[in-house]
Amino acid sequence: MLNLGEKALRNVRMHYCPVCGHAIVQRLVAQVIDDLGIREKTIGTAPVGCAVLLYNYFNCDIIECPHGRIPAVATGIKRVQPDKIVFGYGGDGDLLSIGMAETIHCANRGENLTMIFINNAVYGMTGGQMAPTTLIGQKTVTTPDGRMAGTTGAPIKICEMLATLTRPVYIERVAVHDAPHVERTKQALRKAFLNQIEGKGFSFVEVLSMCPTHWRMGGKEACQFVGNEMMSHFPLGKFRDASV
Amino acid sequence: MKTKTSVEKEKVLMMGNVAMAEAVVRAGCRFYAGYPITPQNEVSEYLAKRLPEAGGVFVQAESELAAINMIFGAAATGVRAMTSSSSPGISLMQEAISYIAAAQIPCLIANVMRGGPGLGNIQGSQSDYFQATRGGGHGDYRLIVLAPWSVQEMYDLTCLAFELGDRYRNPVMLLADGILGQMAESIELKEPVKSKAMPKEWALTGCAGRKPNVIRTLYLQQKDALEEKNLELTAKYEKITAESQLSETRFGEDAEIAVIAYGTSARIAHWAVKRAREAGVKVGLFRPITLWPFPAVELRKITAHCRKLLVVEMSQGQMIEDVRLARIPATSVDPKIEFMGRGGGWYPKPAELLARIKEIASC
Repeated sequence: MLNLGEKALRNVRMHYCPVCGHAIVQRLVAQVIDDLGIREKTIGTAPVGCAVLLYNYFNCDIIECPHGRIPAVATGIKRVQPDKIVFGYGGDGDLLSIGMAETIHCANRGENLTMIFINNAVYGMTGGQMAPTTLIGQKTVTTPDGRMAGTTGAPIKICEMLATLTRPVYIERVAVHDAPHVERTKQALRKAFLNQIEGKGFSFVEVLSMCPTHWRMGGKEACQFVGNEMMSHFPLGKFRDASV
Repeated sequence: MKTKTSVEKEKVLMMGNVAMAEAVVRAGCRFYAGYPITPQNEVSEYLAKRLPEAGGVFVQAESELAAINMIFGAAATGVRAMTSSSSPGISLMQEAISYIAAAQIPCLIANVMRGGPGLGNIQGSQSDYFQATRGGGHGDYRLIVLAPWSVQEMYDLTCLAFELGDRYRNPVMLLADGILGQMAESIELKEPVKSKAMPKEWALTGCAGRKPNVIRTLYLQQKDALEEKNLELTAKYEKITAESQLSETRFGEDAEIAVIAYGTSARIAHWAVKRAREAGVKVGLFRPITLWPFPAVELRKITAHCRKLLVVEMSQGQMIEDVRLARIPATSVDPKIEFMGRGGGWYPKPAELLARIKEIASC
């Protein structure tokens, strides 16, 4: 289907803070939808958190899901609308904390859909609390002395966990802190949507993403935090590519 | 299973849970997700085979939370969808039920009640009446709640549930119990009525040829937006209350005493009322079929000249509150409202209920 008219991203001002990764990733997702000409058959599932308002930005059918339940809602949609393109979009609180069970079981069923996971190591909308992916030593409002593994556990590497399952076809971790990595992220997203179009199965893209506001950092410093601290704990790369 | 002919109605022996499951298929439901819990496992066991045969989708979810959210997603595309569970599992679903009600997505949630609170036991019970009729989840919302009293009604009301859900764009709960789910009776597999509901223009089906549809329950931007949504829902609930109260009355004509019960309790009460009638007691049975909206109009009419009401429940007393509310304002007489109930997965014994009716009649 060739998109001759409207774009997947609406021409509206986003509410995201400067340098926030959500704005970048959502733009990339929209570009991929346009490039693939699938806007009119795409159904998006919105999370709870800063990205809940993506239904204001995307120019396609969208459902806003209860916190953590994106993979379940997306499963319900895709199973009864198998010819539609269904994407999930959620943060670390959504997909890795309250919705960890849904994330793992959706992946394990090998649902033919595209799951986009924004890892910014903190809870954004609620004010900067510890996330399951908060780094050891990282200060948040609920780890004022820095995250200590002894009492709060260690940051969860979801790509590595999902790679223990046999059913996902594509698992990749990317980042959006500089232009080359943004371009790589777009390629990963394109692959994750193409897999679904071709009926190959479950694709998962984790995006290391900036939250300068709750990291209490400037924009440049936040990008460096992704490139240095986050990438050293969360190595980039493909953890599964059974789609080739 | 016998085939239906023009002269012969299709009658089969079925257990309640299976009758519900067969009705789900015949009513055109094409998506079921559920998580195992006793005493309703036959629903998913039956649908795991039957629904795919009928072109539908069956998913065993990883939890009740996932199951109800799968229903949210599937039903949001305009497909008829349902889940079933029993009391503790229904508690787990309450958050999503609130979202589904807020988003006005029709679907069916069947609660084959077991004893509670907590893990309780696995015997039939009616102790989730408050949860079903008062919301259960957060926020101002209502479910349409249907209470079958027979295997036939497990079938009939399941069909009706989908129709009412589509008509009002509202989630519907079938409030059964473990006894109804597990018992077998001969039933007629009636053809579900053809839907009179409006086309689902709100459904998520991809935006080809139309503006995108958004299903959401967050109303942050304008200061009045959520209250406006609340008022829209309230207007709908008032319309349902005015149009869709269902009940059945037996031996009501000259009754001085009304026994009020639903579901399995009403079955027990019906036996006792019949025996009491045979003994010359002027007693009738009033059976709410919709628990929400509670059939207050008919209850007031039927009980206008009763001197005593006896509410019978398989709980410590929950529906009795709606009976009290329905009596306000009091009509010509102000009958005394008595209660007989048993919790803990037990039921009032028929003989004890008969004795209680006779005792009430004599004083």
